[in-house]
Amino acid sequence: MSSAAIELAGVRKSFGDKIIVDELSFSVARGECFGLLGPNGAGKSTIARMLLGMISPDAGKITVLNEPVPARARVARVRIGVVPQFDNLELEFTVRENLLVFGRYFGMSARKVETIVPSLLAFARLESKADVRVAHLSGGMKRRLTLARALINDPHLLVMDEPTTGLDPHARHLIWERLRVLLARGKTILLTTHFMEEAERLCDRLCVLESGRKIAEGKPDALIDEHIGCDVIEIYGGDPHEFVEPLRPYARHIEVSGETLFCYAPYPEQVRVQLRGRAGLRILQRPPNLEDVFLRLTGREMEK
Amino acid sequence: MGESYAALMPANPYNWIAVWRRNFLAWRKVALASVLGNLADPITNLFGLGFGLGLIVGRVDGTSYIAFLAAGMVATSAMTSATFETMYATFARMDAKRTWEAILSTQLTLGDVVLGELVWAASKSVLAGTAIGIVAATLGYASWASILYAMPMVALTGLVFASLAMVVISLAPSYDYFVFYQTLILTPMVFLCGAIFPMSQLPSSFQQVAGFLPLAHSVDLIRPAMLERAASGGAAFHVGALCMYAVLPFFVSTALFRRRLLR
Repeated sequence: MSSAAIELAGVRKSFGDKIIVDELSFSVARGECFGLLGPNGAGKSTIARMLLGMISPDAGKITVLNEPVPARARVARVRIGVVPQFDNLELEFTVRENLLVFGRYFGMSARKVETIVPSLLAFARLESKADVRVAHLSGGMKRRLTLARALINDPHLLVMDEPTTGLDPHARHLIWERLRVLLARGKTILLTTHFMEEAERLCDRLCVLESGRKIAEGKPDALIDEHIGCDVIEIYGGDPHEFVEPLRPYARHIEVSGETLFCYAPYPEQVRVQLRGRAGLRILQRPPNLEDVFLRLTGREMEK
Repeated sequence: MGESYAALMPANPYNWIAVWRRNFLAWRKVALASVLGNLADPITNLFGLGFGLGLIVGRVDGTSYIAFLAAGMVATSAMTSATFETMYATFARMDAKRTWEAILSTQLTLGDVVLGELVWAASKSVLAGTAIGIVAATLGYASWASILYAMPMVALTGLVFASLAMVVISLAPSYDYFVFYQTLILTPMVFLCGAIFPMSQLPSSFQQVAGFLPLAHSVDLIRPAMLERAASGGAAFHVGALCMYAVLPFFVSTALFRRRLLR
């Protein structure tokens, strides 16, 4: 039995003459949280749907939980839980009914579902909402119910397409905390996100995508070390292009994005000296993050 | 291509039941309104058309016009309820409500989902047919037993028209396109297929065309059953034709849904 939960080799997909996924290969080990990070349109959702067998690749090989996909995707899906990008809960049904109906799709009897509903509701922190119609739940609660629903078949692998997009920070942190509990239980998670913070906090490893191509892959801190490796000074409040030349000798690298100048500075004090006396500038010195990696690799910011 | 199409087919003989039960649960929440609607419609029609026209027309095909019409209405309402269930409710589940998307992320196949929806729409036809049957039997225009005999044909009619409507929704970009199917196909069929007046009233060229239409086969099965006569032209022939109309569109729509949803 292969140890990888997911294996992609040379996968290509285009719609018409638009290339969506370009020669993509990666592998996700069991028990790992793997992130697909990239802006909208990078091909993240297409990849997630290909893993479920809902889209067939034009070329390449996909194996999920030892099953060739899409040929035996149905068999693989028995052990996969899915959190889709857009909620597709049954709004007219109660929380409990949603779980019951979904359990039936996996061939579970009503009695079997009833026995696990309490633990799923406890996990999703929805104990008091069991008989409330989903239409009356908040966005965060719906997302947690979608997560509980994805666990109904006790999956080995969770595929999550932007699990926290559209949630407020409080709701987002609650989901992250729940996902860490799942990882501690040994589940494998593949998640797509365009939130750098999400990727940094949750993912053991990630793959940075741009226009369907892999532009970097590795552990978040290793990627940050490799591509940035020093503090970042953000400068805004003036014309950023004006500072590029004066700062260049003191910076490892400089990026201008919008009205902000990013200066990767091994010796930040020297940069600050250069900027002393300039009125109206706002200067922020901070540790590097994945956002910087993305900016460094592509020369542009992630869409927020 | 062939192999991946085969993978879309129902995975086993019972997976579709989960889809049917999902729809049944949703229906149960509005059951009272649905049943009242199903009863009110035939009562209005039978009284309005039956008494109004019936007085002028007198006897048709060896029976009272209202009994003739009641049998035709069982067939047309089986057609319309399966069609509308598919065009509106199923389309919403496939499109805006993303219900199918959720189901397709489980171990069910596209074929399981389509089959569950078809059987559900046929169930709605049986409900509508039963409602008219009850009204007709209560008024003495059909025997209670004959209603029971007609139900398998009503269910088959429901499957046929759900299956045909499934092809329509697999192609239609939005609800706005359904009106073409309704006005150009369904409404003419009601008049061509002997539901409201005997087909023998039509010019012979129209009669020949009508002979191919699914509703004509339904009427030729349901009316004799309700009037307790033998089906003209042989029941097996009509059942066979209806089975073709139920099965072929199933394969076509499943292929079209794949193109629409799974890419």
